[in-house]
Amino acid sequence: MAERAEERGVIPAQLAARRSWRLPPIVQRLLTMPLRDPFAFVGIVIYLLFLLVAVFADRLATTDPTEILFLSTGKVAANMPPGAEYPLGTTNLGRDIYAQLVHGTESALAVGLSAALIVALVGTVVGLVAGYFGGWIDALLMRIADMALSLPFLPFVIVLIGFLGPDTSNVVLAVVLLLWPNSARVIRSQVLSLRERSYVEAARVTGASQARILFVHIAPNILPLSFVYAAIAIGWAIITEASVSFLGFGDPDNVSWGMMLQDAFASQALSRGQYAWFVPPGVCIILVVVAGFFISRGYEEVFMPRLRR
Amino acid sequence: MAEAHDPSVADYRATSPEDGGGRAPMKLVLERFLHNTLALLAVITILFFMFRLMPGSPLAAFINDNLNEDQQKAMLQQFGLDRPMWQQYLIYLANLARGEMGLSFFQRRPVTGILLEVLPNSLILTLSSLIVAYVFGVLAGAWLAWKRGSWIERAAVPVVLATRAAPEFWIGMVLLALLSFKLGWFPSGGASSPGEAYTSNWQRIFSLDYLQHLALPVITLALYLQGLPLLLMRSNMLEVMHEEFVTMARMKGLSEWRIVIGHAARNALLPVVTAFALGVGLSMGGNVVIETVFSWPGIGRMLVQAVSVHDYPLAQGAFLMIAAVLAVMNFVADLLYMTLDPRVSHGRAG
Repeated sequence: MAERAEERGVIPAQLAARRSWRLPPIVQRLLTMPLRDPFAFVGIVIYLLFLLVAVFADRLATTDPTEILFLSTGKVAANMPPGAEYPLGTTNLGRDIYAQLVHGTESALAVGLSAALIVALVGTVVGLVAGYFGGWIDALLMRIADMALSLPFLPFVIVLIGFLGPDTSNVVLAVVLLLWPNSARVIRSQVLSLRERSYVEAARVTGASQARILFVHIAPNILPLSFVYAAIAIGWAIITEASVSFLGFGDPDNVSWGMMLQDAFASQALSRGQYAWFVPPGVCIILVVVAGFFISRGYEEVFMPRLRR
Repeated sequence: MAEAHDPSVADYRATSPEDGGGRAPMKLVLERFLHNTLALLAVITILFFMFRLMPGSPLAAFINDNLNEDQQKAMLQQFGLDRPMWQQYLIYLANLARGEMGLSFFQRRPVTGILLEVLPNSLILTLSSLIVAYVFGVLAGAWLAWKRGSWIERAAVPVVLATRAAPEFWIGMVLLALLSFKLGWFPSGGASSPGEAYTSNWQRIFSLDYLQHLALPVITLALYLQGLPLLLMRSNMLEVMHEEFVTMARMKGLSEWRIVIGHAARNALLPVVTAFALGVGLSMGGNVVIETVFSWPGIGRMLVQAVSVHDYPLAQGAFLMIAAVLAVMNFVADLLYMTLDPRVSHGRAG
């Protein structure tokens, strides 16, 4: 703890020296946090690795993940064991599992990041507005949050996708509809205490507009909370997408880890013991979700020491 | 420490009664009851309009092109679908109150009957997994808190987090491949072996065959569920160990073991008990995937099948039943929280 306090003292000093590009201190701390918490650091490294895989997917796996491969004899290269040519073997229909795994990273990150962004945005705005304005606006927003929280998670996602059609954006929509209340509630209660602080009072006295107080004076202080919930939402969205695909409601045109698992399950890869088919996608999901846990944990430890023990 | 960013613990926190202190207990109970009832009513309403707004007539499975226009109209009238939406909604509510959820499109039987047949399977699966998970989680959590700072504690927390990060169905798949297909210890799915006949449902449930089928789904679900009680118990223990009454017990010269079991653990258990009640409701929803992996004839698998064949009345009924269990268990959790926490039950500000 002592070294942490020291670091906090060092950073503003460095900032003062480089005034020209000075970021708001809270943003600065948000960006440097991972360096201070080993768990969060590991989380960030995992994210970066997957991001690299997603960006360079076409180079890492040159085979088309949906292409049916043939042997030189003209037969379908079905259920090939892992080897030099196919690092993880092939599916029962002769598709390259390694290529699917690599390309699955893209859709996992797309689902996770877009859901996280929207959840954090909606949760933050609702929490800010409800906490700051109070009264009937607050009551209304919080009742809507209660309602969303009393929906059973996965059943709701399935029913919604059953209606709206098997599209990845519908998975994101369903996740957002169910996850925003958690962040909105916590942010709201934080805003309730922040709006009574003296610096907010001072801003009010000097004639700052409501919007300015809300977005310039209060919002930056709850930004770490938004990050915490965004990091959690990434994992939830990816698990939800995988579950939905596994249950057969996934986007048929999309190569995802969930689709791979569903494919393996439906084509008896379990009884054949094709571990190379169904173990790697699960491990990838665990890594991404755990990375989210670690990062949110880091933000909490650094920014909300009251929660730490 | 680890629990605060954990999604399920976040849920648990979000649904626990917030400002309980300072009000009369009876009034609080009524308030929570009203709150949960209204939430369920809201869910019912959302569901009604969702099913009405979706493409296609709700009678799609009954009306076909062989019927002429007059016959189709007569049928719509028979089902009350020619009336205004709000009247349909009231009829729907009145029917629900009588336990009437319509006919399944495909099975051509009342939905309520179908659901009541599979509900026991889901409840048995959920409760046995939760009991296994919570007994293990509480003991392991308390033990880890006691081992605070050791290498085993440092290694255990990320491992537990990883079990919570794994998709439930994937844990199920790996266990199936290893324990069922490879080693042949457990049957690979279903709730009873083909050819078995029982005179009553109870006889079936208490048969050895049923328990053999139940074992692997329970292990899978328990493995997924144990993380929450474990992390909760661990952090509660750490918190409680610093409270005054523990210091007091120490000053009285009680042994470390008695302090841990008799004083600290009792108090640390409180939120875990509430989490258990909530867990029943929450994992009923999550069972959707576990039941599918193990072809377990429960309500979650019923929902998945109904949605995929567009059997709307059955899907609606299954969803409502899961939502109802969730609402009831939320209320039970509220009650437990109020009874167990002296700060709330004695009306002092908490």
